[in-house]
Amino acid sequence: MKTLALVVVLITGAMLIYAGHDLPAFGDINSTAYQAPMTQYFIEKSVPESGVPNIVTALLASYRGYDTLGETAVIFTAGMAVMLLLRRRET
Amino acid sequence: MSKIQESVIIRTVVRIMVPFIELFALYVIMHGASGPGGGFQGGVIFGAAIILYAMIYGIANGKKKMSDSLDRILASTGLTIYAATGLACIAFGGMFLQYRAVPLLSDPAQVSKYLIDLVEIGIGITVLAVMISLFFDISPPEPEVEEAEE
Repeated sequence: MKTLALVVVLITGAMLIYAGHDLPAFGDINSTAYQAPMTQYFIEKSVPESGVPNIVTALLASYRGYDTLGETAVIFTAGMAVMLLLRRRET
Repeated sequence: MSKIQESVIIRTVVRIMVPFIELFALYVIMHGASGPGGGFQGGVIFGAAIILYAMIYGIANGKKKMSDSLDRILASTGLTIYAATGLACIAFGGMFLQYRAVPLLSDPAQVSKYLIDLVEIGIGITVLAVMISLFFDISPPEPEVEEAEE
């Protein structure tokens, strides 16, 4: 069983490393993500609009704040569900 | 008590490291706006500090640091901070989570920055409380209560 698990992990890791070579280089201005029109918008407008230098945070908490509120609610609900299902009562 | 919990080296290192891990977690949460970091990451680091303490000093001592009731209160408080920030924007005439609408400072971008920090703190509180509660939920019950070395 342990050998099987090791083989699965090794194959998955090899596939991930192989796929990693297809990622655009760091800071490549010709990559698809950089050429997308929204990228230019966020690079130019995120600091004046949200006041946050970190574009990732500006997207996460400001532009997609509703989505992040949902994520937090999902984590909260998951925690509460585990608590209800697994918590042992003091008898 | 397992062998790893008896080791003096591990107990001492954990006792020294836990405050620094917690401080680093607060730094990651507060630094989310200006650099790598944020509420999710910082909350997980803070939760990991308490979990590390509970692993070495025992579940009962861990629950003294973070009791079940405090855990429940914190988990809902974080989500409430986030939702209340969004609702406050409505109260000041904006849309839900439209931070610029809150007239706290003259520059709307600055208001947005501080409210994003507030939202990140809310996320962090919820994530750390849920992390710790998950660990306590799946941990085996520990009959004997053993005092922590202060």
